Amino acid sequence: MKPQNARIFLTALAATTLLAACGSGDEPAGTTASAEKASLVLYNAQHEEVGQAWADAFAAKTGIKVEVRNGSDFELANQLVAEGAASPADVFITENSPAMSLVSSKDLFAPVDAATKDQVPAEYSSSKGDWVGVAARSTVFVYNTTLVPEAQLPKSILDLAQPAWKGKFGISPSGADFQAIVSAVYALKGDAEGAKWLEGVKANAKVFRGNSTIMKAANAGEVPGGVIYHYYWYGDQADGGANSSKTKLKYFGNQDAGAFVSVSGGGVLKSSKHTAEAQQFLAYMTGAEGQKLLSDSKALEYSVGKGVAANKALTPLAELNAPKVDNNALNGPRIVTEMQRVGLL
Amino acid sequence: MTWFAGTQRAAAVAVGLLALLPLAYVATGLIEAGGDTASLVLRPRVGELLTNTVVLVVLGVAACVLIGTAAAWLVERTDLPGRPLWTALLIAPLAVPAFVNSFGWFSLRPSFSGLGAALTVTTLSYYPLVYLPVAAVLRGGDPAHEEIARSLGHTISRTFVRVTLPQLRPAVLGGGLLVGLHLLAEFGALQSLRYDTFTTAIYDQYQSTFDGSAATALAAVLVLLCLLLLGGELAFNRQTRLSRTGSGTARPPRRHPLPARPLWVVALALLPLAALGVPIGTLVHWLLTSTSAAFPAGPLLSATGTTLMLALGGAAVTTALALPVAWLVVRRRGRLSTVIERSTYVGNSLPGIVVALALITAGIRWLPALYQSTAMLLTAYGLLFLPRAMVSLRAALQQAPPELDDVGRSLGVRPHAVLLRVGLPLIARGLGAGFVLVFLAVVTELTSTLLLAPIGTRTLATQFWNATSEINYGAAAPYALLMILISAPAAWLLVRRA
Repeated sequence: MKPQNARIFLTALAATTLLAACGSGDEPAGTTASAEKASLVLYNAQHEEVGQAWADAFAAKTGIKVEVRNGSDFELANQLVAEGAASPADVFITENSPAMSLVSSKDLFAPVDAATKDQVPAEYSSSKGDWVGVAARSTVFVYNTTLVPEAQLPKSILDLAQPAWKGKFGISPSGADFQAIVSAVYALKGDAEGAKWLEGVKANAKVFRGNSTIMKAANAGEVPGGVIYHYYWYGDQADGGANSSKTKLKYFGNQDAGAFVSVSGGGVLKSSKHTAEAQQFLAYMTGAEGQKLLSDSKALEYSVGKGVAANKALTPLAELNAPKVDNNALNGPRIVTEMQRVGLL
Repeated sequence: MTWFAGTQRAAAVAVGLLALLPLAYVATGLIEAGGDTASLVLRPRVGELLTNTVVLVVLGVAACVLIGTAAAWLVERTDLPGRPLWTALLIAPLAVPAFVNSFGWFSLRPSFSGLGAALTVTTLSYYPLVYLPVAAVLRGGDPAHEEIARSLGHTISRTFVRVTLPQLRPAVLGGGLLVGLHLLAEFGALQSLRYDTFTTAIYDQYQSTFDGSAATALAAVLVLLCLLLLGGELAFNRQTRLSRTGSGTARPPRRHPLPARPLWVVALALLPLAALGVPIGTLVHWLLTSTSAAFPAGPLLSATGTTLMLALGGAAVTTALALPVAWLVVRRRGRLSTVIERSTYVGNSLPGIVVALALITAGIRWLPALYQSTAMLLTAYGLLFLPRAMVSLRAALQQAPPELDDVGRSLGVRPHAVLLRVGLPLIARGLGAGFVLVFLAVVTELTSTLLLAPIGTRTLATQFWNATSEINYGAAAPYALLMILISAPAAWLLVRRA
């Protein structure tokens, strides 16, 4: 090779190396212990605003910085499993409990501080004591009031597998929300009946992506109804109702599988290098201050902490007549396999 | 071989191997899944996805070829007025990412979904990929062939079919191949139009299982489709002589007088109107009417800054990776260099989602230090966009006579000065063109960025995507407009080169 070619080549090589070096300098701050204040990494599968609001308020109060990585429930849960002990994450919060159970089943969570556990009713936390509830949401059936007269509303979520509902409701099977609802049906009705129901839903449902999209479609009359969580509707109503004014919510109640209240969990990773601060953050989110922040926010999810009332716009949790479910027993991966089997994923 | 030539060859081999990483990921994934693979591939859902994907690719490529070729012929070979303006208008849709284009349609009418919708949006976004090469051939072609056909008694339409079309074949096939590969890799537009293909399904699997074997199985089928497309193009693209044999320069082609000109002008104007007018009009509409419309200066600025930095970094890394390979290919022809060159094209033909999954898996298993780092994201860009840099760089290197370097040396200039004063200026244009092409591709990249972006990294594309997913259309609009604004120079560059 001619020497001048060599120079160009070397320059290029140097540029690549340099860039790679700069890039790898951007590692999450949580992995390097700093002499001053520790900073935490939060794997946030909750809505971005909710996780960010807690992170910001906690940082403002304690001076402990929290970096937020956003993702979906199972994406981040499976990522934690894949990362194992090398994970940069200190705290993990989700929208639904099956993702918490998955991480819990791999023994990646540290036990939650006793004082923190006391802040949340036991029914909203892991029976294993390795994660606690941070928020809750109720399953609802959103429907277009012109297209579905009240008399024709489904009495139970199980009705939706009947031929009468073919093409008449929307679901968002790729989202963790619907996957949690499916896992509740399986837990409450048993595998055989659950599987039969899921096959019926596959045959009947129109597939959308995201609960908001289902609600918007129902509002536009594109589909008569859909299975979503309550706060999408309340959020839009509070925002003027552009995507929900022609719809109403049906709460199934009666301890029906469709009245399932899904718990959003929070836990501290065993692999965290800042366990004390991480526990402090979890205590903050589930404590009076963090729960009030959630309850007063535009998120309109239910707060679960003791002594903090849910947002006034919402029907109180106690009146929903939700079925009893062991939140740490909901089997996420199993449900995903089932949904792959029937072809919803 | 000097030590340096050896190092250089080794670097080129390393780049080639890196480019093959996604294929290796799919292969090892399949081997690991073993017996489960069959049940993951041979299930009804895969059949649905296969039908959806194949139907979209076949119809989409056909529509783009038809529209792109017809538009190019109208502009280049008829007496349509305002040719430079038409050229600019017809290429400009390249500045609007397909997922922004689809937003322009479905956000106004939620029922706009399914195959028809997917076909409309992707055709409007991708027909310029056929238009560009076809227009170039039509402009540069020798009209003599067509004139001879006419003089032998063929009608205009018969001449077009028997003489013009065969000349256009490589351009049409190349453009069609690009459209096909883009359709296989398209994620954002199709997901928001609720049309499921392998790429959107892999993303769903990723969200539900991270790097599960179901995603790998789907990726394997998708990779197979990509390779089929590549092989198909090679098989069809037989070598024929297309350049003129006579001496001298070809005359500019004669322009056919267009009957009913106003009608054609209106018909042609519909294309940019639908491809540019609808998305931009919708963005403005949401900015003016949506309750979520806002111009949060901080987040907008930081997303723009991040996007620009990633695009600059991605373009630098990609150009740097392309340099040793291009050098080897041009200056040291041989079987090894051909193999390496081909392997770098594989990355570009694979969807961003497969490349991202491959890097995630490799990162977690073997390079935890690089995992979730900007370096990894830049590597993904490098794998995806290497061919864009290669094409420009190769052309520039081929045109730079190696003897000039020797002349410089013989005149007593020292090696590094030769590099600065002779080598670099000679390939600067190619280097720059490749850099800009990669830069613009990174600005609108969505899939890999969604999966690989390090903690806290927000780009214009991901912010737009998040806001539309939450149906905050007004909040999404400014990000899309900024993306179009940054991409516009790309279209301009392409127009100038065309």
